[in-house]
Amino acid sequence: MSEAVIKCENVYKIFGTNAQKMLQEANGNVDAKTFQENGCIVGVNDASFEVSKGEMLVVMGLSGSGKSTLLRCISRLTDATGGKIFIEGQDLLKLNNKELINLRRNKMGMVFQSFALLPHKTVVENIAFPLQIKGIKTEDSISKAMDMVKLVGLDGRENYFPRELSGGQQQRVGIARSLAVEPDIWFLDEPFSALDPLIRKEMQDEFLRLQEKLQKTIMFITHDFDEALKLADRIAIMKDGIIEQLDTPANIVLNPATEYVKKFTEEVPREKVLTIEDVMDKTNSESSDLKVLKDEIIENVAEKILTQEKSVSVIDQDNKIVGSINPSKIIQTVFGGRKSNS
Amino acid sequence: MDIIKKYPKVFQWLFLLAVFFALCFAIDVPETYKFIRGQAEFVKDPNQSTFVFLGKEVRYYAFDVFWRLPPLLGWLPIWINDSLFFLMNEWMPMEFWNEDTQEFKTRPLLLQISRNLTAFMTFLIELIREILLGGLETIVAFTSWDFIDAYPWAELPGLPWTIVAAGFAILSYKLSGKGLAIFAGLTMVYISIFGQWKPSMQTLSFILVAAPLSFAFGLGLGIAAFKSKRVEKALYPILLVMQTMPQYAVLVPALVLFGVGDHAAVIITMVVAVPPMILLTLLGLRAIPPEVIEAGRMSGCTNWQLMFKVLIPTARRDILIGVNQVIMVCFSMAVISAFIGAKGLGFNLLLALNQLNIGLALEAGLCISLIAILLDKMSLAWANKQIDYFGNLTFYQRNKNLIFFGGAFIIGILLAYAGSFYFKEGFNYLFEVPHNKGISTADFWNKGVDWIFETFFVYIKAFNTWLIQDVLQPMRALYLRMPAVATLVLVVGAGYLIGGIRSALVVCALTLFIALSPWWDRALVTTYMATFGVIISCIIGFTVGTLCFQNKNSAKFMLGVCDIFQTFPSFVYLIPVMMLFGITDTSVLIAVIVYATIPATRYTIEGLRSVPAGLHDAATMSGVNKFQRLTKIEFPLAFPHMMLGLNQTIVFALFMVIIGAFIGTEDLGQYILKALSDKNGAGIGLTLGICVAFIGLIFDNLIRTYVGKRKKHLGID
Ligand SMILES: Nc1ncnc2c1ncn2[C@@H]1O[C@H](COP(=O)(O)OP(=O)(O)OP(=O)(O)O)[C@@H](O)[C@H]1O
Ligand SMILES: [Mg+2]
Repeated sequence: MSEAVIKCENVYKIFGTNAQKMLQEANGNVDAKTFQENGCIVGVNDASFEVSKGEMLVVMGLSGSGKSTLLRCISRLTDATGGKIFIEGQDLLKLNNKELINLRRNKMGMVFQSFALLPHKTVVENIAFPLQIKGIKTEDSISKAMDMVKLVGLDGRENYFPRELSGGQQQRVGIARSLAVEPDIWFLDEPFSALDPLIRKEMQDEFLRLQEKLQKTIMFITHDFDEALKLADRIAIMKDGIIEQLDTPANIVLNPATEYVKKFTEEVPREKVLTIEDVMDKTNSESSDLKVLKDEIIENVAEKILTQEKSVSVIDQDNKIVGSINPSKIIQTVFGGRKSNS
Repeated sequence: MDIIKKYPKVFQWLFLLAVFFALCFAIDVPETYKFIRGQAEFVKDPNQSTFVFLGKEVRYYAFDVFWRLPPLLGWLPIWINDSLFFLMNEWMPMEFWNEDTQEFKTRPLLLQISRNLTAFMTFLIELIREILLGGLETIVAFTSWDFIDAYPWAELPGLPWTIVAAGFAILSYKLSGKGLAIFAGLTMVYISIFGQWKPSMQTLSFILVAAPLSFAFGLGLGIAAFKSKRVEKALYPILLVMQTMPQYAVLVPALVLFGVGDHAAVIITMVVAVPPMILLTLLGLRAIPPEVIEAGRMSGCTNWQLMFKVLIPTARRDILIGVNQVIMVCFSMAVISAFIGAKGLGFNLLLALNQLNIGLALEAGLCISLIAILLDKMSLAWANKQIDYFGNLTFYQRNKNLIFFGGAFIIGILLAYAGSFYFKEGFNYLFEVPHNKGISTADFWNKGVDWIFETFFVYIKAFNTWLIQDVLQPMRALYLRMPAVATLVLVVGAGYLIGGIRSALVVCALTLFIALSPWWDRALVTTYMATFGVIISCIIGFTVGTLCFQNKNSAKFMLGVCDIFQTFPSFVYLIPVMMLFGITDTSVLIAVIVYATIPATRYTIEGLRSVPAGLHDAATMSGVNKFQRLTKIEFPLAFPHMMLGLNQTIVFALFMVIIGAFIGTEDLGQYILKALSDKNGAGIGLTLGICVAFIGLIFDNLIRTYVGKRKKHLGID
């Protein structure tokens, strides 16, 4: 892992009039119930984690679990009640207004759940908006915005107003706007949740394509486990403001840290999460000619393996055989393993 | 006992009423009591008692305190007067440079500020007036009278009326389209050929000064209130009181502070027009989705950029609706300001009414109404207009309207020039049709009124007599028969039953203020007239609204009618009723009823309309007939909204009752009118205005609290 771009240390966000005081009195031991009795709502409870450069962290959890609040703390749309947040080594909470504006103008981009476009500006003007706020000349900003319009595939509609676009198109504008200033850090708060499944899939693919090209540091919120699996390097699962577990998808499924995470991941199709390595036998038994890479997701190679009768050799990047896998194991994982494993 | 448990509210109310009536019967009318015409007036009466407050003698009639509370606040008007006088004439004297006499002069600060403000306003009004009508004052303001004598050509020429008319038509076209453009054009032509051009332009120039200033202040204060809770809290009571304060009660202090004339009227108009602007700005800014604001922040906006590039454009519609409100308030103030000497249509109207020349009044009134509709439609069209993208249009397309106006300008000037040859003697009708030189239909109307009077005199008189003798007098007597304590108990009890202790306290404070002022009897009369008006209005409005609701088109039509009637300044309503019923209480009450029926009807229709369509279908599917659906589903659900209508109805009725004093009633309004012509009237006028506002606020508080609870109960927002 390279150096951390986002780093949180014991971040708390508590809503309420005397939140600060109550937090101090709680002495690092925040209990949502007692706080609620005193008229305070716990949004984020003791969040500590790091996100490294180029990594995509997906945050999951039920509605009201504090995902958006966490994101707002890190982008400092609200001030965290306690804890420390570092963005590329800078202490976010110590920045003054001017530095904060600078940071947002140059380093951060954010996509909102409800699009949050400016109703009085056209598509291209909306996208150019952050650039113009920065003080870039109108022509330059418009031409840059046009590039973004092309990037998200909205050419031909650049002079439409948001009210004339469908939900999916509006969200593309939101994405393009957040990318216009070429931020290093990209926050996305349920960007695809308002879209229908077909468009959502299309957008996810497009998003992956973009990320491949741009390699940004990303925090991504979603409700949808499939989406999380498709995109995430690591997943954080939140409940009542607490980050229950933060790990790679496979680890979360295989070794849930708490009962809650276990229940949360129960319905997740294993073959979509686990790699061959997670289920292979370390022993190298008699095997067929077929070889599979140990980092492959099971789903992608299952069909190939199932055509074989004997076990299949598993190799690593250097073509060295590290184990084998039997077709029956695949069947077990896909159909039977779910309940018995857990 | 079981019944009590089942309907606790009903029994609480019954108990309250029982207490009220018991008090009414227990407390006898004092023998010396008669409707007090002179209480706290400046005529000495041996029956009066006195007390001294801060060296001021307050006179009043002493009664049993249960019957009428002693006017402990009688000193308030005197105190306000004295403070104003002190502030204006003695407070903080300073040296000021005087341009005319070229020397320093000592003047109190406030007087100097008032003078400067007045001069500034006068200048603005004159400037716009002279652009529209021509004149010297603007040039004089920059030079001197000597300069004008030396260069007689130096005056603003004024625009020919054709150009102004074309300007209105083109602007209307740009804002809305052909329909409004034609209406605008016709209105302007009408105004011109009926000889109302000059007063209309005077009124217009008044609005052109007052509206932008009110807009700027309202927007600024609205933003401040949005940003800071403290500012909002400080503004809130003022906004509340101003909403129910009769417009012409504020004219009285204006007299003292700024004198008589357009400038005073403009300044005081701002006091009235700014609150709705603040409210709508606040409403609009509040309605912005928080994510849009966050998107602005994340784009790296400074606070300034956030406000002007994100918040205000996003709240555009609400803010422009505020502009519409501002314009309409300014317009109705422009009419009412005639009382303090503002020129324009209102002045002509007042003059005509004073001379009982109904025909002339009708003409002026029609003009006022037409302009009101035009201004309303134009500003609404502006608010509802969606911005279009015009980057890819040609120069001609983009500036089409400007080019047309340029053309109209040239043609207008050429016409006026040609006219100066054609109409050699007398007046150049292509430049301006002078007042009273246009077509006048006044004679026709006057004859009509005479005819109506002659033909229907017997019936009108009979109706009048019946109404006054058999309905109004007894009702009035009943209201006056209520002992003050009983009224207080009733109002506070109602407050408690509806909104708990908080509501009870608020209502109690408001009522006490009126009861302790010297005008309790007058307030009762005002309330009785308003009550009568409100009851009839509600019956009519409710029936008409329900009937119209049965059909989509008629509902839409009725709402349109309400829209139009609502734009008329309240003063206009007095013309037709005076035409029919002469100068009696009946006239006032009929004006009240007509005026107050507007909100009653509108809210009934809107309330019924707001019932979700899903419920309609569900009800129809479960087999209810139309009537059942109306009584079982629609009325209960529409009820809260209809109650808000009642609230508006009360406010409208109160305003009209107060203005009705112009015709002659014996209520608070009569005293406000008196205060207008009294050198020491400021304190009385203001206190009276507050009394009226408080009557409105008592009902406002009760109804709003009730509606809030009811809505929560029904789960609608
Ligand atoms: N401004 C606020 N004031 C008070 N409480 C708040 C505020 N914003 C959020 N909360 C509370 O904080 C908790 C977390 O809210 P948050 O919006 O972060 O949830 P979320 O995980 O994003 O939910 P969703 O999936 O529905 O978007 C909720 O209980 C919410 O009620
Ligand atoms: Mg959220």
